[in-house]
Amino acid sequence: MYHYSDFDEAFVRTRVDQFRDQVARRIDGSLTEDEFKPLRLMNGLYLQLHAYMLRVAIPYGTLNSRQMRQLALIAARWDKGYGHFTTRQNIQFNWPKLADVPDILDALADVDMHAIQTSGNTIRNVTADHFAGAAADEIADPRPFAELLRQWSTDHPEFQFLPRKFKIAITGAAADRAVIAAHDIGLQVIERDGALGFRVLVGGGLGRTPMIGKVVHDFLPQSDLLPYIEAIVSVWNLLGRRDNKYKARIKITVHEHGIDEIARLAEQRFSEIRPGFSGVDQQVLRDIEAQFAAPDFETKPMDCFHAAYDADPVFRSWVDINVSAHKRDDHAIVSISLKKPGATPGDATAAQMDVMAALAEGFGHDELRISHEQNVILPHVARADLPAIHAALKDADLASANIGLISDIIACPGMDYCALATARSIPVAQEIATRFEELKLEHEVGPLKIKISGCINACGHHHVGHIGILGLDRAGVENYQITLGGDGTEDAVIGTRAGPGFAYDEIVPAIERLIQAYLGLREDASETFLQTYRRTGIAPFKAALYPEKENARAA
Amino acid sequence: MSREYTPKVITANHLMLGDAIWLTEDDTWSRDIARAELLTDEAHADMRMLFAKGQPQIAVGPYLAEAEQGALGPVPVHLREVFRTRGPSNRDHGKQVDGAI
Repeated sequence: MYHYSDFDEAFVRTRVDQFRDQVARRIDGSLTEDEFKPLRLMNGLYLQLHAYMLRVAIPYGTLNSRQMRQLALIAARWDKGYGHFTTRQNIQFNWPKLADVPDILDALADVDMHAIQTSGNTIRNVTADHFAGAAADEIADPRPFAELLRQWSTDHPEFQFLPRKFKIAITGAAADRAVIAAHDIGLQVIERDGALGFRVLVGGGLGRTPMIGKVVHDFLPQSDLLPYIEAIVSVWNLLGRRDNKYKARIKITVHEHGIDEIARLAEQRFSEIRPGFSGVDQQVLRDIEAQFAAPDFETKPMDCFHAAYDADPVFRSWVDINVSAHKRDDHAIVSISLKKPGATPGDATAAQMDVMAALAEGFGHDELRISHEQNVILPHVARADLPAIHAALKDADLASANIGLISDIIACPGMDYCALATARSIPVAQEIATRFEELKLEHEVGPLKIKISGCINACGHHHVGHIGILGLDRAGVENYQITLGGDGTEDAVIGTRAGPGFAYDEIVPAIERLIQAYLGLREDASETFLQTYRRTGIAPFKAALYPEKENARAA
Repeated sequence: MSREYTPKVITANHLMLGDAIWLTEDDTWSRDIARAELLTDEAHADMRMLFAKGQPQIAVGPYLAEAEQGALGPVPVHLREVFRTRGPSNRDHGKQVDGAI
């Protein structure tokens, strides 16, 4: 994986020194809060309901064991012993004290990490397929391109005061695990006539006006990546609605001007700036690619894996659910669930982070990934080592076999932490997961994605959940709207709102009625919730959600 | 006749810790909303906000939040403000365990 160059190191250290000075000046009164706030936000420091919150970038969700251990150390030394992995592959610390933040940023710089551009109207952390470099269905590892974009976008002078935030996601596989269609720019690496290039989507996004990205270029040659992305951002930087923050994202610009006009303007701008890209970027890319070379995989005897698989039903279930196909048959991708029923989705304690780091170091070529679904991935492990990995995860309370199932819920921090939230989301996730564990229905129900946001900004991706839950404030009381049929994959669809919302104590029973309806409607156990929904439409699910209405109609 | 003023308290986040604090009658800031000054007159509330805004070394982003008189002092009205008096519901952190010092 990528290691900082001298340039990166000097840049990040300089920023830490600057911020240390800015914090000191805020504390001694030389800076007002109005002056300080944009400076702290440039360094990922928010002020939330109960404390400051530091959002640390995990570029394209990739970490090594040393970095994960440092996150554990930060959680233990300067926070309350845990961190929260987010839906943008970042980590948030919920309780830092202002005076400690410069030291935390220095500790991050020690392991090639920072919190720059995790806030503000800038190009944010570029996210990527969490199976990148390991997936069996991949054309190319997208992370070198993501790193190139990170270097290009970091402190890019033209893009520090954009109309609004800007998010880029990239996948190297046809199966989209990075939700690229819900990003300002989505990139899919594709191959044409033996050459790599990109399918470029623009104008996707969730929030108060959810939109699926539109194709602006169906095959962008690899060497044109930076000038073309720069052209798009540049066009939006001029056209974007700075008069109204709710209309400032590029999705609105694309909607208002039309994709054809945006494509035309981007081409025009591209032709102006393309000559300035002399090929240095491609040289940089080749240097980056060398750092993402596949590890030296070892062939190991599989006997102990087979023996454990045959003998231990708990291990077998975990393998069947949490382990995915690797590009090598004798290897596997392990998804470590941070969704134990009843636990906070995405939270890991310092001790758990240390365990995951040790597993990466001992069995996983020193690589870890954070998924946008708030789980941790060991992308390269020998199948022979799976029994030992499972045993270690069990000891750390990290062995829940529920990836992709009903308790593997995405939830934003919601009203428990977030200053923007209008309702809680974490307890709703906890109660749904706990309820279906009591019912012992999780495996019967099968693949199902529930996603919960505690406000309209949709950090919990509720629009693309098979079942989406949006928590709102209705006259001072929490109220939860349900959307159905959303999909965040390559077949991306925005879910449909089912009807009136539910009170806090009604939402879990409502979800239970939906699931019971699905179990009654499906043709057989192989038909998933989403497939059933697509076959039957929303009507029978609405009937299950609102039985009173149904009864009134029947009467 | 002017409409009756909905009672409010002045609250902010503490500069160093970032946690919720409330302005008291004696010009100090408390971590306990029950010790806050309940403002029942708009003109007086405006004066107190001017004072609060003049305390940037303690209070970040002061604002008026609706409150009611409870048995021990002011209590919050809005759910968000209720959360600020105690901390998150998923973990025993914040004022519910650290206490309203």
